[in-house]
Amino acid sequence: MIEIENVRKSFGSLEVLKGIDLTVPRGEVLTVIGGSGSGKSTLLTCINGLEPINAGRILVDGTEVHAKTTNLNRLRQKIGIVFQQWNAFPHLTVKENVMLAPRKVLRQSKAEAEEMAVRQLTHVGLGDKLDVYPGRLSGGQQQRMAIARALAMTPDYMLFDEVTSALDPQLVGEVLDTLRLLASEGMTMICVTHEMKFAREVSDRVAFFHKGVMAEIAPPADLFDNPKDPELQRFLAATH
Amino acid sequence: MFNYRFQWKQAWNRLPEMLDGALITMQVAILSMILGIVLAILLTLFRRSGNRVLSGVATTWVEIARNTPALFQIYMAHFGLAGIGIHLSPYSSLLLGITFNNAGYLAENFRGALKAIPDTQPRAGRSLGMSDLQAFRFIVLPQMIRISFPTITNQMVWAVLMTSLGVTVGMNMDLYGVTQDLNALTFRTFELFAIAAVIFYVIVKIIQAGAWLISRRLFRY
Amino acid sequence: MFDTALTANDFIFLAKGAGMTIFVTAISVFFGTILGIVFGVIRYQLGPFWSAPLMFVLDIFRSIPLLIQLVLTYAFLGTVLRLGMSGLTVACIVLTLYTSAYCAEIVRGGIEAVPLTLRRAARSLGMTWAQDMRSIVLPLATRVALPSWIGLALGVMKDSALVYVVQVTELLKSTQILITRLQEPLLLLMICGAFYFVISFPVARFGGYLEKRWSND
Repeated sequence: MIEIENVRKSFGSLEVLKGIDLTVPRGEVLTVIGGSGSGKSTLLTCINGLEPINAGRILVDGTEVHAKTTNLNRLRQKIGIVFQQWNAFPHLTVKENVMLAPRKVLRQSKAEAEEMAVRQLTHVGLGDKLDVYPGRLSGGQQQRMAIARALAMTPDYMLFDEVTSALDPQLVGEVLDTLRLLASEGMTMICVTHEMKFAREVSDRVAFFHKGVMAEIAPPADLFDNPKDPELQRFLAATH
Repeated sequence: MFNYRFQWKQAWNRLPEMLDGALITMQVAILSMILGIVLAILLTLFRRSGNRVLSGVATTWVEIARNTPALFQIYMAHFGLAGIGIHLSPYSSLLLGITFNNAGYLAENFRGALKAIPDTQPRAGRSLGMSDLQAFRFIVLPQMIRISFPTITNQMVWAVLMTSLGVTVGMNMDLYGVTQDLNALTFRTFELFAIAAVIFYVIVKIIQAGAWLISRRLFRY
Repeated sequence: MFDTALTANDFIFLAKGAGMTIFVTAISVFFGTILGIVFGVIRYQLGPFWSAPLMFVLDIFRSIPLLIQLVLTYAFLGTVLRLGMSGLTVACIVLTLYTSAYCAEIVRGGIEAVPLTLRRAARSLGMTWAQDMRSIVLPLATRVALPSWIGLALGVMKDSALVYVVQVTELLKSTQILITRLQEPLLLLMICGAFYFVISFPVARFGGYLEKRWSND
């Protein structure tokens, strides 16, 4: 379970999160929508401790992320994150990309890591690209590789930060299919996305962020068909 | 005017000794490069550390290495250190001087190479649970070495050429030193140094060919 | 630290050495650059195949120690040809060729950095080869080449420390002579190093500044 309690976060004088309260139970698929600068991506990087927070606290399975005593490296092993920019490691093959963290962080044997890498890559449909360098892959394939790379750490939670935003339109589908697959398998996921159709289809709940505040959160049917927040109404009108 | 009698045979007979010298030259160059690369990585980390003292030390090192003659640096290692009571053998002085130079030049190049690697790369590693050091070691460093590889090769060539400066601090085991000593014995200056030049040339070409092969094997991406 | 046996005469001696360093550097960089430009243009005009012999010779200057180049030339001109040339002349000749070998590469790189399409455009406007070279290639290639050339000039200044081997007493040699006499290695070396540094550091910074500024647009 991820518990976010009154989290505030500023970059300099700019407050991007103005007291967020949110609980994500295991098995839930939560999507987060909102305009740019609404703070939704920042929330994800705060959850796995890549960004410090200014106030409040975030608990993952009861462990406080930003406590000094928390071993962030260990915590991050159970929270996978995939970014808009996929960040393939260009000097490693697709398989090596996926094997690196299990080998170095989890200290798995080569055989173990390799088996896991092949399994995860096959899972995301890259079983035939194992020994290719990422430079040869399309953006969609690289993004799926990044997902497999995160999954190889067997995380309990997956965070997706606008993972289709940097892709050519014709490549968006293959990545969303991968996300759908994960959702159907019961993975706990928080997806920041601009894909409204996708959000409506896979989410258990959808949260709408506006200017650092979570303005509304509801199951997709309610939120999309019966928006209460005026900003959300405006936002939905603009995106349709 | 042209009545000089070349005596190649006399010089040629000394080839085994010169080749032994060439081995020492290679040894010094290789050692100075290994140490130089390690130190350059440390200097690079120092300069990125945000710690004023560490980055000050690193910057001073880099600027002195780049803005004074290599021969000066070797003198410093030998006569300069002797002035404060540290007496190094000619071999150690030469090795120290060249290492100092290598580290400075490489650190400057590494800094440029790091600018070409986006911050999101180590960040992606961090988000997979790697420590800062692991992300640097397994993600940033290999990419940096690749970008800097041509410079590393050039510096290796420089290191070989710089070994010739050891003679100024009394080094006589390396190729140049051996040649110099043989010259004092036989006075076949032109012949001896011509052979030394050819050996140096061959060493440099071997390094360049080797670097080409390594880069082809290592950097297939 | 300044309680030292160093006299005014010693400083004059050092200054003379420094003057020699600057003199040798200036001569070599001046003539070496002219030669280097000629070689670089020849290299570019002839293409990699026909210019191979020239490139082979220039590569030799970059592949054997400068010290050996100096000794060999000195021995060849002196004992083989018996020309009785002064060490200073030999030093300038060798350093000039040495400079030209590096400069040719810089010039070639500069010319190759000028997009071919731009040159075609110039020629299609009716410019002659010389006009194209002067008004299109030269200004653009200079931007690419100048920072490297500054680095080269400073490199030659530092490498000129090796001409002691042909009996030219430049700064570092003067320093060494004083070290032997006065037994104050650290102080003397620091003075000597400071001289090189004070010239090299600001100029290198300026080169870096040019490179950064010109690579941005």
